[in-house]
Amino acid sequence: MDASHRGKLLNHLADLIERDRAYLAALETLDNGKPYSVAYLVDLDMVVKCLRYFAGWSDKFHGKTIPLDGDFFCYTRHEPVGVCGQIIPWNFPLLMQAWKLGPALATGNVVVMKVAEQTPLSALYVANLVKEAGFPPGVVNIIPGYGPTAGAAISSHMEVDKVAFTGSTEVGHLIQKAAAESNLKRVTLELGGKSPNIIMSDADMDWAVEQAHFALFFNQGQCCCAGSRTYVQEDIYHEFVERSVERAKSRVVGNPFDFKTEQGPQVDEEQFKKILGYISAGKREGAKLLCGGNPAADRGYFIQPTVFGDVQDNMTIAREEIFGPVMQILKFKTIEEVIERANDSKYGLAAAVFTKDLDKANYVSQALRAGTVWINCYDVFGAQAPFGGYKASGSGRELGQYGLDAYLEVKNVTIKVPQKNS
Amino acid sequence: MKKQGSDSNPAPVNPALPEPLKDLKIKYTKIFINNEWHDSVSGKKFEVFNPATEEKICEIEEGDKADVDKAVKAARKAFELGSPWRTMDASERGRLLNKLADLVERDRLILATMETIDGGKLFSTAYLMDLGACIKTLRYCAGWADKNHGRTMPMDGNFFTFTRHEPVGVCGQIIPWNFPLVMFVWKIAPALCCGNTVVVKPAEQTPLSALYMGSLIKEAGFPPGVVNIVPGFGPTAGAAISHHMDIDKVAFTGSTEVGKLIKEAAGKSNLKRVTLELGGKSPIVIFADADLDAAVEFAHIGLFYHQGQCCIAASRIFVEEPIYDEFVRRSIDRAKKYTLGNPLLPGVQQGPQIDKEQFQKILELIESGKKEGAKLECGGGPWGNKGYFIQPTVFSNVTDDMRIAKEEIFGPVQQIMKFKTTDEVIRRANNTTYGLAAAVFTKDVDKALTFTAALQAGTVWVNCYSALSAQCPFGGFKMSGNGREMGEYGLHEYTEVKTVTIKIPQKNS
Repeated sequence: MDASHRGKLLNHLADLIERDRAYLAALETLDNGKPYSVAYLVDLDMVVKCLRYFAGWSDKFHGKTIPLDGDFFCYTRHEPVGVCGQIIPWNFPLLMQAWKLGPALATGNVVVMKVAEQTPLSALYVANLVKEAGFPPGVVNIIPGYGPTAGAAISSHMEVDKVAFTGSTEVGHLIQKAAAESNLKRVTLELGGKSPNIIMSDADMDWAVEQAHFALFFNQGQCCCAGSRTYVQEDIYHEFVERSVERAKSRVVGNPFDFKTEQGPQVDEEQFKKILGYISAGKREGAKLLCGGNPAADRGYFIQPTVFGDVQDNMTIAREEIFGPVMQILKFKTIEEVIERANDSKYGLAAAVFTKDLDKANYVSQALRAGTVWINCYDVFGAQAPFGGYKASGSGRELGQYGLDAYLEVKNVTIKVPQKNS
Repeated sequence: MKKQGSDSNPAPVNPALPEPLKDLKIKYTKIFINNEWHDSVSGKKFEVFNPATEEKICEIEEGDKADVDKAVKAARKAFELGSPWRTMDASERGRLLNKLADLVERDRLILATMETIDGGKLFSTAYLMDLGACIKTLRYCAGWADKNHGRTMPMDGNFFTFTRHEPVGVCGQIIPWNFPLVMFVWKIAPALCCGNTVVVKPAEQTPLSALYMGSLIKEAGFPPGVVNIVPGFGPTAGAAISHHMDIDKVAFTGSTEVGKLIKEAAGKSNLKRVTLELGGKSPIVIFADADLDAAVEFAHIGLFYHQGQCCIAASRIFVEEPIYDEFVRRSIDRAKKYTLGNPLLPGVQQGPQIDKEQFQKILELIESGKKEGAKLECGGGPWGNKGYFIQPTVFSNVTDDMRIAKEEIFGPVQQIMKFKTTDEVIRRANNTTYGLAAAVFTKDVDKALTFTAALQAGTVWVNCYSALSAQCPFGGFKMSGNGREMGEYGLHEYTEVKTVTIKIPQKNS
């Protein structure tokens, strides 16, 4: 198949998703609990853009011709890796599916995708659109099932050439182990985070408060890159905390199909209990509970937007990924101090700094050991920009041109010629 | 044309060929500026003719310097910092280009019929090949829009350094009459993908499809002033563009003779950036071990496609001595069986030349071939009593010093020469001021790779000819042009690189 035709099919899939946008958004909300308005305006928008972005790459990932020493004509072919196992999470079901399918299919691979057991519905609907779009049989295969069974079968399969996993760091370890123990399949991982959001005293206060709130509470706090350690410089600490609590108190929790709702339920009972457990730990270890802290309703996995102040780096809630609507605010004095504290984590997925000062912005962004550093913004994503983790937050990058690398196998072809000329 | 691919490697099949539109109305005859249609400032109009019938199709507003000035002002305004076009997401530029491709697909039949009537092109070719290429090129460039990456680089010293890949600015684009729509798309697609604004001057012989595209560009949603189209003549509108002090870059496809004028004008005026796609006298080298049937067929199509009016026409065929006679015999057979006629009709294999000037030039060169001693094997004169038709003509025993071996004919006239050795044919193939394309036919891997290195041409084909696609850069060595179009390389010409260096307190790797 012409590479450009692969792009045409991906664009066609994007067209079909656009056609069925409302249905898919409703399905996503029903299955995952995210507000319908967000599913429709944000998730589905990003899904379509991601597929169109990678459609454009399908005939543009060039190999090279190389001036090798000797009488040789040398070039590289950028071939597809082969059969790619892709295991996706429940927090952004459709978007994570698009992030996986886009680069894999653009580069000519075939995929076996295991969708999260909590949220299989939207991905299965898209499977039908894949058929309608005209992809040949066998190119995309989707299997709903559980991690320890279907997921493990993929990571240890002898005929799967590569596995891509997005989920917890804990399971990421298992995947990488299984890959090594089976056939040394290539591995890319997008794992957890405890991302620091640094607010300098010269930041635009209103903007910083709103962005820090969004950074934590978006998607019910269920983001790998949630800004879950908000470091606020001493001078502005009290005002910042007060405004953050006010904002959290005003956050509307309710039926995700209601347009007024900002926050829906957590995805399941296991997460619900885990988050409440972290809240207890926070109280127990001496953090100051400023608002929330309890379930928000009698039915459904709803949790009140919760804010802890005076958090210390050694507390459980400052070190472990909560994955819920629980904000930690910590105080710092100097730049050098906060950089050290921000980097003192096994994670390294994202980070942010809010400041008006050019030198501070450049200095801090250079120093933070994180795959994405946002300056005066948070959770800004685009299909064009690579995303991924340092350290235990993962390996490899998704999106952007970099996102193609994991799905390509480079073949060097060297041909003897009678005489080489430059 | 053969269907590509096999059952195990499915390639998209060409769409079924419909009939041309019976009663095509020409709706767009004015100058397109700011998404609006304008009369010429002078009030002058010019006539457009159907080369198959010599009949007038319609009159078009004739643009001159004053109209070019208006267009440049509009393009400059659309390019201002803070404008809708400059602040638009790059991905959105891509979306607009894809939307334009959708509209071209919708109006494929209209555009193909128009291209046939205006340009003398076979309808089947216009519908399947020209329109197909337009759609694919638009979609290809749409995909690049948000992928034109600058770099960050580790500069010495305490600096953070990066490059911005900015659009060049207002681009003047002058396009020829042999592939009016395809050349229009080859010009605007990379320019718009990189965020430029354009002032296009279509050829005076074939302005219709470009003006129709103006209406689709407006419908697709491009902001006003991003694309402006000024039909007119070379010495007036074209020269106004190449001399303009507020045009940042000129791109020209046409004859080498005019290419020189454009480059000179750019130098005399504001040193605008220049890219040129000019003429050629492209050699095909055919070895005795080649697949003879394939070689004859590729060489034939390589010359006779679109009545020989291609910059890449395979106009010097060097055949290795042992197979020379057989090759000539088969080539004559292939050229003899042609049905000439109205290119709108099915079953017609060759249409007219574009106009009287070309018609006379080709006949003159044919006469020179006869006079200088080449052997006329078939054809050799005009056909029919209306329209600019010339019989498919084959000359054998051509020697390198003849005019037909040196000058670009741009007509259905094939030259076949004989050669003995590799070194000789390389020298003879390269012995030209042109360097647009070349080909070698051989089964031997060493020979093939020797020629791919030795031939001084922007595109070298091995065991094929005329294979072009949006992903591949195209352009000339030597006097066949400057710069490359298509592929990623094509973006470079529409990008201005800005290096930004910011002082920082301390740099760390």
